[in-house]
Amino acid sequence: MTTIDLKQTRETYEAANRTVTRRVIICAGTGCMANGAMKVYARFVEAIAKAGIPVITELKAEDTKPNKTLVSSSGCQGFCQMGPLVTLLPENILYTRVTPADVDEIVTSSLVNSQPVDRLLYKDPANGKSCRGTDDIPFYTRQARATLKACGALDPEDLSEYIAQGGYEMAQKAYAQLSAKLLCDEILASGLRGRGGGGFPTGRKWELTRVQPEPKKYVICNGDEGDPGAFMDRSVMEGNPHSVIEGMMITARAIGADEGYIYVRAEYPLAVKRMRKAIADAEQAGLLGTNLFESGQALSLHVMEGAGAFVCGEETALIASIEGKRGMPSPKPPFPAQSGLWGKPTVINNVETLATIPLILAAGATEYRKLGTKTSPGTKTFALTGHVANTGLIEVPFGSTLREIIFNIGGGVTRQDGSQDPNGFKAVQIGGPSGGCLTRDHLDLPMDFDSLKTVGAMVGSGGLVVMNQKTCMVRIARFFMQFTQNESCGKCVLCREGTRQMLSMLDDITEGRADAGTLELLEKLANAVQKGSLCGLGKTAPSPVLSTLRHFRAEYEAHVHGKTCPAGECKALARPEIIPANCKGCTACVKKCPVGAITGERKLPHTINASLCIKCGVCAQTCKFNAITGV
Amino acid sequence: MTTPHKKFDKVCGILDRYERKPAQLIPILQAVQAEYRYLTEEMMTYVATSLGLPPARVYGVATFYSHFALEPKGKYIIRLCDGTACHVKGSDPILEALWKKLGLSEKKKTTPDMLFTVETVSCLGACGLAPVVVINEEIYGQVTPEKACQLVDDIQAKEKK
Repeated sequence: MTTIDLKQTRETYEAANRTVTRRVIICAGTGCMANGAMKVYARFVEAIAKAGIPVITELKAEDTKPNKTLVSSSGCQGFCQMGPLVTLLPENILYTRVTPADVDEIVTSSLVNSQPVDRLLYKDPANGKSCRGTDDIPFYTRQARATLKACGALDPEDLSEYIAQGGYEMAQKAYAQLSAKLLCDEILASGLRGRGGGGFPTGRKWELTRVQPEPKKYVICNGDEGDPGAFMDRSVMEGNPHSVIEGMMITARAIGADEGYIYVRAEYPLAVKRMRKAIADAEQAGLLGTNLFESGQALSLHVMEGAGAFVCGEETALIASIEGKRGMPSPKPPFPAQSGLWGKPTVINNVETLATIPLILAAGATEYRKLGTKTSPGTKTFALTGHVANTGLIEVPFGSTLREIIFNIGGGVTRQDGSQDPNGFKAVQIGGPSGGCLTRDHLDLPMDFDSLKTVGAMVGSGGLVVMNQKTCMVRIARFFMQFTQNESCGKCVLCREGTRQMLSMLDDITEGRADAGTLELLEKLANAVQKGSLCGLGKTAPSPVLSTLRHFRAEYEAHVHGKTCPAGECKALARPEIIPANCKGCTACVKKCPVGAITGERKLPHTINASLCIKCGVCAQTCKFNAITGV
Repeated sequence: MTTPHKKFDKVCGILDRYERKPAQLIPILQAVQAEYRYLTEEMMTYVATSLGLPPARVYGVATFYSHFALEPKGKYIIRLCDGTACHVKGSDPILEALWKKLGLSEKKKTTPDMLFTVETVSCLGACGLAPVVVINEEIYGQVTPEKACQLVDDIQAKEKK
């Protein structure tokens, strides 16, 4: 099969695109879809047609009628909290929280009369001013979107649009002009490090695989994004699946592989669907198959859906899972580069890493190194979530500081109810269950692979969960321990039993049963689990405990010795009390208390009977005078 | 009465689709589960025999991965995200509210009328909308305990009709 002519495809697309004067792009990432983006999409198609404007949902070369409006959907644009997002081009207006009821107004004002609808524009919380679009919304202007750039603009299901933006050109260059050795050298020179968490130099991984004499080799895309709180790989697979395929093609060329797998988490059905469609379209166009770009080389790709095991993010476990076995890791060496899938040399790269590769080839290693730090060049995507005003997916150069990310891009820390809390910052959990926490002291630390390691944290896959003062760090450590204990595959005794024991110690601490020796024992066991486990899961399982112990030891001690939870989250340690000075004796809490523990005379301060109280906290929620503390 | 031959027809179709390759065990089990909603011992033994694998190996794989269910699930599967972002934004009270409303617990995940199953998952990747609840394929963001109970009420009302 002959490969599609990229230049001709691009020209055909551009010719068709010239018949379109306006574009309405509706974000169809998981977040916006959950908020009803597809209903908005359908309403736009209807309303534009009703206004007498020629509307299409797909570019067709044979349709040459001019002045059409194209309604298309895109992948995740990152600003999930403000969804559904609607972008109008060429004006580059971004409307937020659009509902089907808003569509008629947008069509009449913006499409017919070219006036923006002010109430749907994003308002900068700093000054209340309306922002027209991504060019002046601080969330976007302070980022350096590279890998994510196309995610919010492209129609992920349209191969010709990807090609029109220069897509698959680098794959062509790799197959038609560059040698395998040159490709490995270029990626090594770019300093690209694996985005999945380990930070291993990608070029070196490739070179190790390239030099293996075995003729059959595999390339695997690790899309088993299991870290709770990280969703960049999902967004890339959903929003720009062809960039992942192009990255895999270049990798395959560099190591000499002719077959590959994309292993996607089962929780990501949309990513599975989009990747499958992208592969089918690429095969149809001859971009995958035999004799790629007349090079005589072949490549076929398959999608494998995971079945719900966090440990499969570990490369040897992932390989076992593709082979149809229990996803248990195996000792290294041999490394997958020497003996991977079915015993053949295999390269496993993360989704984000693969999607970055075409960009590096296009820009050149020297240009790529201009962003980021010396040892961690380029940009990194982070999933910014938790108690922060702007949650979503961001991309910044390595070396950016936490302060920049949380306060400038994220718009500051919020309270439980979502209101701004200028002094609320307590900590950030970075790198998920394998990572650690960063505190106020680290706000100005330039974040890269190496600097984070020095403070006991890691980039990991890039989950950034912001926590406010009301978050109990012991409970956070317990939360991650419960996760890793649950996900431990059971192979290594220290991981299997050690995490269970650590979890039970953390339960003791949060429920008031801990004694003077608990913390020391916990630390000792944490170190043992780190040393005695085979794979990354066990080796890093104690990290959240050790990291919170390092930075918030006083909070642990308050739980153990004082039997109190300073953040007020541990129910077992709660001691609800009424502040007499604040209590008006309104009896609202008396009526709400399910166990009748509150007594007192009307209009006089009440009291709580501690022996009856079940610490449910209803009284504190009911009280309008902030008279109840300790829950 | 269904003849034994008929009973395994669909499984045979699935096995053929994957060319009866033992390496395809996970996709095969996923397809079987999609068809029957859960994996019975009989099905797993049948798959094992057809692929020439020991039944213990198939059982081992089925119990290793959390997506395989060895018991039937309810018509509506309520999956509550308990990823980090959802957790810090308050997924625990939602779980408690759902358990209380449906009379379920950590051990008892499905209602006796087979209408609801309540599960937690570690992350759905929709962290921007935390806390998140997914009912079958439908995603709901920024859920509160009250909103979660309302969703259950709505389904119950719909089912009564």
